Amino acid sequence: MSRFVYADHAATTALSDTALNAMLPYLKEEYGNPSSLYRFAGRAKAALEQARADVAACLNAKPEEIYFTSGGTESDNWALRGVAELRGKKGKHIITSAIEHHAVLHTAQYLEKQGFEVTYLPVDAQGRVSPADVEAALRPDTILVSIMAANNEIGTIQPIGEIGAIARRAGVLFHTDAVQAVGHIPVDVEAWNVDLLSLSGHKFHGPKGVGVLYMRKPLRLPPLIHGGGQEKGRRSGTENVAGAVGLAAALKEAAAGLETEAPRLCALRDRLIDGLLQIPKSRLTGPRDGRLPGSASFVFECIEGESILLRLDNAGICSSSGSACSSASLDPSHVLLAIGLPHEIAHGSVRLTLGRENTDADVDYLLETVPKVVAGLREMSPLWEG
Amino acid sequence: MYSEKVMDHFSNPRNMGEVPDANAVGQVGNPKCGDIMKMTMKIENGVIQDVKFKTFGCGAAVATSSMATELVKGKTIEEALQLTNAAVAEALDGLPPQKLHCSVLAEEAIKAALSDYYTRQGIDPVPIVGAGCDGCCDSCCSHH
Repeated sequence: MSRFVYADHAATTALSDTALNAMLPYLKEEYGNPSSLYRFAGRAKAALEQARADVAACLNAKPEEIYFTSGGTESDNWALRGVAELRGKKGKHIITSAIEHHAVLHTAQYLEKQGFEVTYLPVDAQGRVSPADVEAALRPDTILVSIMAANNEIGTIQPIGEIGAIARRAGVLFHTDAVQAVGHIPVDVEAWNVDLLSLSGHKFHGPKGVGVLYMRKPLRLPPLIHGGGQEKGRRSGTENVAGAVGLAAALKEAAAGLETEAPRLCALRDRLIDGLLQIPKSRLTGPRDGRLPGSASFVFECIEGESILLRLDNAGICSSSGSACSSASLDPSHVLLAIGLPHEIAHGSVRLTLGRENTDADVDYLLETVPKVVAGLREMSPLWEG
Repeated sequence: MYSEKVMDHFSNPRNMGEVPDANAVGQVGNPKCGDIMKMTMKIENGVIQDVKFKTFGCGAAVATSSMATELVKGKTIEEALQLTNAAVAEALDGLPPQKLHCSVLAEEAIKAALSDYYTRQGIDPVPIVGAGCDGCCDSCCSHH
């Protein structure tokens, strides 16, 4: 029997026992609606507010700046569309990057159809946005800068603090999609100078279907979702109490363990990267340093990413790819094209993202299996000259 | 997402490699598009005695190549020319809609090899096999 190695932590993570145990009461006996007035529901309301305070503490924010949402995508949509609605009379220009998640990119494209003008900043070969480019792109009518904290595909960590300082000096609101960063690198809304920050519970061993939008006081974005006036009238819908409690428990756990877990993952990741770069005609995508602790991403020439993914799956390894064939679109990943890879090489991408449950033995197995899979597919490839 | 048959042909491809003394060679696709299929055949007395493929591409591209070789091996040229992409897809118990172009590519790869065979015989292949395509036209790619 082959091993099972989950190496797709950037896609999602397992719910931690801590998060699950924190959630269970609110899925069962403590089912009260936080908006109800009786004492029974008050306990659910108290748990929700404690979760808010815990999340705020992990981000160096204030509890009243934390809004629970359905996840990272909603938070990104709310940030961009909310600022567009709030400041649209003041200006129509938004700055973002070419390598954002589709939750930001497609929302930006939607806003373009509504008459906004969007600058998509290029990135360098490592996937970094230059703060000088942000500064140069600012215009009198710029209302928002939105740059992700860390990239999901190639792990690049952006100079968010610097970009935030530039936006702050210019009096322009700054949003960061920190879905891949929170729980994995230190996140501080003060040090980063952010006005808006998106995060998602299931990326750090919390539950799926719950996220947060941090909104710096006194900023008050108009709601994306209208209804019963929950979340101080900003985000209606009966609160996902168990989700919020689970997200907060997972975030506290991740933040508390960060000092030991991040170096452990970096060591595993570096061993994986060093080992797989021994494969001929392979390259790392994203930077060697300044990448997310668990993130290792590669391109292997002359083979195609979906095939690599499926062969790895046959060997019990969960991975992901930015190849066109592993998605519904014609082109390989916009991120791989933005860092300057030609189409034919970008097709051969594989991402392995390590996490809490991965061990040295898992990395040994990856180092043993990935080269075999690559060699097997190359043997089949008419492009491979041996 | 894929049928068991697709996964079987992807994981254990049939007739993978190159026929050493091939007298019919066809290659379609383009690395930019992300798939290339190369078919090599040994044709004797109008019968495809041997056929092998090499493919750069996704799971469906490999599986359709493998299945296409099985469907034409031992067949006459006339029978092989009847091969349709639908037959390849059906033999694999279906393909996801965005992968149907891979079965088109497999059909085109077989036809490209047969065209090459006729050309080598000094016969214009176009009236028999058709003009063919390189497997990477916009109309095809737009089905992704």
